[in-house]
Amino acid sequence: MLKNKENRVMKIVIYVVCTFLAILSVLPFWIMIVNATRSTTEIQQHAISLIPSSYMMNNIKILLGKSFNPAVGFANSLIISIGATALAIYFSSLTAYAQVAYNWKLKNAFFSFIMVVMMIPAQVTMIGFYQMVYKIHMTNRLSMLILPAIASPTMVFFMRQYLQPTLSMEIVQSARIDGAKEFMIFNRIVLPIMKPAIATQAIFSFVASWNNLFTPLVLLTDQKKYTMPIMVSLLKGDIYKTEYGSVYMGLTLTVLPLIVVYLLLSKYIIAGVALGGVKG
Amino acid sequence: MKSKKPGYDRYAKYGYLFSIPFVIAFLLFSLYPTVYTAVIGFTDLKGLGKTDIHFLTDDLFRNFKTVLSSPSFQLAFRNTVVIWLANFIPQMLLALLLAAWFTDKRSKVKGQGAFKVLLYMPNIITAATIAILFSGFFGYPMGPINDLLVRFGFIDAPIELLRSKAVARGVVIFIQTWMWYGSTMITLISGILGISPEIFESAEVDGANRVQTFFYITLPNIKTILLFTLVTSLIGGLNMFDIPRLFQDGKPDDATLTTSLFIYKQAFSGSYMYNRAAAASMVMFLIIAVLAAIMFFVMRDKDEAKLNKQIRQQQKAYMKKLKAGKENASC
Repeated sequence: MLKNKENRVMKIVIYVVCTFLAILSVLPFWIMIVNATRSTTEIQQHAISLIPSSYMMNNIKILLGKSFNPAVGFANSLIISIGATALAIYFSSLTAYAQVAYNWKLKNAFFSFIMVVMMIPAQVTMIGFYQMVYKIHMTNRLSMLILPAIASPTMVFFMRQYLQPTLSMEIVQSARIDGAKEFMIFNRIVLPIMKPAIATQAIFSFVASWNNLFTPLVLLTDQKKYTMPIMVSLLKGDIYKTEYGSVYMGLTLTVLPLIVVYLLLSKYIIAGVALGGVKG
Repeated sequence: MKSKKPGYDRYAKYGYLFSIPFVIAFLLFSLYPTVYTAVIGFTDLKGLGKTDIHFLTDDLFRNFKTVLSSPSFQLAFRNTVVIWLANFIPQMLLALLLAAWFTDKRSKVKGQGAFKVLLYMPNIITAATIAILFSGFFGYPMGPINDLLVRFGFIDAPIELLRSKAVARGVVIFIQTWMWYGSTMITLISGILGISPEIFESAEVDGANRVQTFFYITLPNIKTILLFTLVTSLIGGLNMFDIPRLFQDGKPDDATLTTSLFIYKQAFSGSYMYNRAAAASMVMFLIIAVLAAIMFFVMRDKDEAKLNKQIRQQQKAYMKKLKAGKENASC
């Protein structure tokens, strides 16, 4: 009897805490979205409100009338994220396949090397990277944000972990007997086997690339090449200082696509995190 | 591996061949910039648009000495460690508590899926956006926080909250915790679910209560995952940039200046001190390399154990096949 009561109290505590945390996750974004529909005067009178107002179009007009250009930021971010993700996925899978399917002398040494460098963040080597890119006149080129993805040590690591128990060498052998070339075997047989791992890794690679601020901030100076996070940083500038409603609208425009995509893919994302996919 | 298949080595060259793209990209975009950063640390390279490097002639280590003795860098490093510690500890405790609740068979929390989705959500939103959003929330004179404080009568008139060092740093710590506890929680849950259920059952039979089960069974069994979380979070924390940069850009009074922000400001503003920024980068690089080495030893053991298990399973399967083959042959 006592235990039952204790259990019930415990359950109530759990639900109250979890509900509080869930509200804490949503509330800042809710206030943001609501304020995006309110006029600057309304916000100045009461900065917090849970009920939307009717100034949405007006805020959008003010927002777009200045330097903030969400369409350009969106397009550039999309090009970089898709490009970097595609390269990272393909070449990480290829490198992982080289690890799992073949027996070569430097294999284990190479894998140890990957495990050591996968923890080193790009940030600490940015000065050298910037100088190198500047020297060859490639700043403001999106390709400089895409091509480095070919070498993604973390993704190679996870692809290898996935492929090791999944790949059966018998399938590869029988394809060889049928006369398939090694490169063909990888493209036609191994890549489809890796689909589940590719889906998870693609989501995380895309999100990381989309949210990245540091590298684009260093390399891109041309407004036409700005990515979404740099566009967002413009909202902090002086030109939007008194336009509260439009600033909230700008922030909302950058967040909404992410929230929609997240809610659609949340099942895969949560499963991916559980696998230890990413961590920052 | 002992179980070499016949003709295996004929294909060895493909192992090298398929690793070439990775290696080339790594050499170009990672190794070369790393070495180049290290070299710049020993030169007099400064000024916007300059690329010629001249090694320092008076004292080769001058940049390193200047950076290490600079009060600004020391403060930035202290801030980074303080902000990381102050967000990691509550983040870990909260994640552990939630993970224990969500995996407890006696409580059977319903709606776990929805809770997980909501608690993890801040993690995928662009950090730049979140920093500016919170900077707006703490705005003066009429930000939402001031509005709340005045409405509920905590203060009579709006105050400039972000002029306080403690508040500014506190908000950065809060944002970091809020963005990351969901991710840590999910990682820990998957770790706890990986523990064999029999251990929990026998603990229950022995009369262990929830708290005892947690401290004596759960915690010791997720040691590796805890260490993994610790090191990855530390490396991430040492590179904290987006939030401090766009929340208050290090202000007030450098209270939210982190080492990454220090490096960025040295190199890309003021007098463009690429050499000092490079020296500071290398200091951070060395610290992170040591951490990465620790991580490598932790993870390697786990990986090897997994591999050995696999090899044993393969051998077993092979033996079975062999036996089956013999039986077939004798028929």
